[in-house]
Amino acid sequence: MGRSAPAIALDAPTITLGDDGVLPPARDARDYGPDDGSPDFAARLRRARLGMCVALAGIVMIFVSFTSAYLVRQGLPTLDPRTDALVRDWIPVRLPNLLLINTCVLLVSSLTMALARRQVAREVALVRLASLPGNCAGHEPRISWLTVTVFLGLSFLTMQWLAWRELAASGFYVGTNPSSSFVYLLTGMHGVHLLGGVFALLAAGAAPLLHRPVNSRLIILDVTGWYWHFMAILWIYIFCLLEFAR
Amino acid sequence: MATREFAAHELHAAPQGFIRKWVFSLDHKVIGLQYYFLALTAVFVGMFLSLLMRIHLIWPNATLPLFGDIKPETYLSLLTMHGTIMVFFVLTTAPQGGFGNYFLPIQIGAADMAFPVLNMLSFWITFLAYIVMLSAFFVVGGAPLHGWTGYPPLSALPSAGPGEGLGADLWVISIALFCVGALMSALNFITTTLDMRAKGMTLMRMPLTCWAWFITAILGLLAFGVLFSAGILLLLDRNAGTSFFVPLVTVNGQLAGHKGGSPLLWQHLFWFFGHPEVYIAILPAMGLCSQLLSVFSRKPIFGYKAMVYAMLSIGLLGFMVWGHHMFMSGMSPYTGFAFSVMTMAIGVPSAIKTFNWLGTMWGARIRFSSPMLFAIGFVSLFVSGGISGPFLAQPVLDIPLHDTYFVTGHFHLIMGVASIFGIFGATYYWFPKMFGRMMSESLARWHFWFTFIGTYAIFMPMHYLGMAGHPRRYSQLTELNYLHGLVPLQKFITYAAFVTIAGQFIFLFNLFWSMKAGKKASDNPWEATTLEWTTTTPPPHDNFGGHTPVVYNGPYEYSVPGAPRDYVMQTDPAIVSVAH
Repeated sequence: MGRSAPAIALDAPTITLGDDGVLPPARDARDYGPDDGSPDFAARLRRARLGMCVALAGIVMIFVSFTSAYLVRQGLPTLDPRTDALVRDWIPVRLPNLLLINTCVLLVSSLTMALARRQVAREVALVRLASLPGNCAGHEPRISWLTVTVFLGLSFLTMQWLAWRELAASGFYVGTNPSSSFVYLLTGMHGVHLLGGVFALLAAGAAPLLHRPVNSRLIILDVTGWYWHFMAILWIYIFCLLEFAR
Repeated sequence: MATREFAAHELHAAPQGFIRKWVFSLDHKVIGLQYYFLALTAVFVGMFLSLLMRIHLIWPNATLPLFGDIKPETYLSLLTMHGTIMVFFVLTTAPQGGFGNYFLPIQIGAADMAFPVLNMLSFWITFLAYIVMLSAFFVVGGAPLHGWTGYPPLSALPSAGPGEGLGADLWVISIALFCVGALMSALNFITTTLDMRAKGMTLMRMPLTCWAWFITAILGLLAFGVLFSAGILLLLDRNAGTSFFVPLVTVNGQLAGHKGGSPLLWQHLFWFFGHPEVYIAILPAMGLCSQLLSVFSRKPIFGYKAMVYAMLSIGLLGFMVWGHHMFMSGMSPYTGFAFSVMTMAIGVPSAIKTFNWLGTMWGARIRFSSPMLFAIGFVSLFVSGGISGPFLAQPVLDIPLHDTYFVTGHFHLIMGVASIFGIFGATYYWFPKMFGRMMSESLARWHFWFTFIGTYAIFMPMHYLGMAGHPRRYSQLTELNYLHGLVPLQKFITYAAFVTIAGQFIFLFNLFWSMKAGKKASDNPWEATTLEWTTTTPPPHDNFGGHTPVVYNGPYEYSVPGAPRDYVMQTDPAIVSVAH
């Protein structure tokens, strides 16, 4: 995404519905400070955000179907042909306490993600100022919230791994019981998606090294921010599902 | 708006090298052609497999070319691969990935899709899925046996049959990959349609093709994620010892090691995808057909808004009817009733569309060019294939007809051949724009009559076979006396298949011959109004050669009273006062 999108210099593009009724124009990029003069920045940002919303809808459907499978499989008594009786084979899993800490880590990372987005937007504005002749807005040494977010994301994933180990040590493997299958499945799928977010953050961090324009970096960071917050919400949902509907 | 400069494609300027231009291209037009030719190879593979099945049905002892002896399980793997390849790599790929990619951006006046890199990735993931699918033929045990619907326990137990080992794993992986590609593609289509339209191109000025691609993309976005999830669960059942779908079963007297799973769960998940998939296959063809009928009738489409709302409601209802595939799988009569009613409700928007198509042609001076023939053929097949839908939608009638040739005939007519007619019509219609030359009209006519009569000859008799109780998916039924009388009909179907398949080589020849030797096409050979005909033939890299079009008119302004020509281009500002 990002840099690859073709840039069309649209003048205040609007989404219209039919010949009557014009929707208000989508949000502009004013919260990023002065524009760098590239006329298509707002259009590209809006396009990337729209694309992210659509992608999230697709991801929601994946987890909706897992949820429906979870609830159906859980409530399903099955016939044991050997005894000809209906049996319930669902053994509730006690989730490792570590997951509670992980939840906090991910929530904090969501916060740092928001800070990272602001910080990079401010830096980009400063870079533009610094490029003006006679201006010497220097770098002030600060914490890079982007790095902190990546660090927190990776620690979340590492601790999910430890939680899996704990689960396995207590005798619940992937195939032991449908309940544990779902624990591994849901946490695993969430982890894979979060890893994708980490890679996107790394790409945003590497953008200056790759001589990508600052705007691309901002756009990647912006939509990854949405994605990241969504992953936090998704995790809370999964955690509640596994904890309270077991 | 003279300032509407085109900064597009500064980002990906016209590529020079062969690899960047034709292989890893970011250009939606090249990607569209890549999808199209992938589907073209797939349709011939799928057709070849069906030919083998037809030959085996009437000459059971024959040794087949390239395939050797057909055992019952070989027959099952043939039908599995035929169905899977046709549904995923032809019907989903060609109309949406092929023509949608090529013409959606041009028809809405954009320079490319919203995310060109993602577009390239979705093609190459689909290509990978295709290779993985075909490779299932060449592994130990061969291709899987479980049909394109992949019902467990058969699909979930590697010990269940010769193709159910590695072959079935490859099948599931291929499907999951295809889902990823389709999801990316759907994302791109939706964003492009919502965000990339040229000035003046309101949603209600979009050609119906664009509406169809847009709605199809929404269906794909919501449906393929579900199939993806189901595929992951199936893969875990097969390889990680979980029991999502597999109950306690014994295979060859041995416990399979699973317990408590629900095969019905797979069916629900699969058909929640599977029924929208039917519309993913047919909606683009509906859009194309509407377009062609209007162009060649030289009349505005009858009831443009009704067409849009009909497609939207077909898409919406398509998500509420998956249970009608499962009347026989064990379902509460009340649930069955609900699904039955919802299914028959789809008849309403379908009828609206049909009557609007007929209304478009009514009283028109029709130009019977080859694209028009295929569009009319589509309407015919849509009606005759659709009319058996309400039969199957009723649980009482579905119980005797389920899993018979009646169902085979029904869905081949409406989902298979009707959609293929859309693809053919679109090929004949857009070939001049894509390759700069006209296809041979006389060969196209031969091709049409071969295909039109041939497909009816193949699939109409199947309804009789089904009503007589002939089950589908069986390689041989020689032991059953009541079916002996049907053998001549089966023979007739096979002969018809021979002729129809032979007819397809006319198309293949015409396609490649016309690329080299066809008559040079003008920019607008059909005198159509939509934006792709305002640009050069074939379109330049940025589609409109450095400017974005501005749209003033709807897409179907034909025979406008007072206009100098019998068509008004969407970009014609001068005519607009006359037109209204």
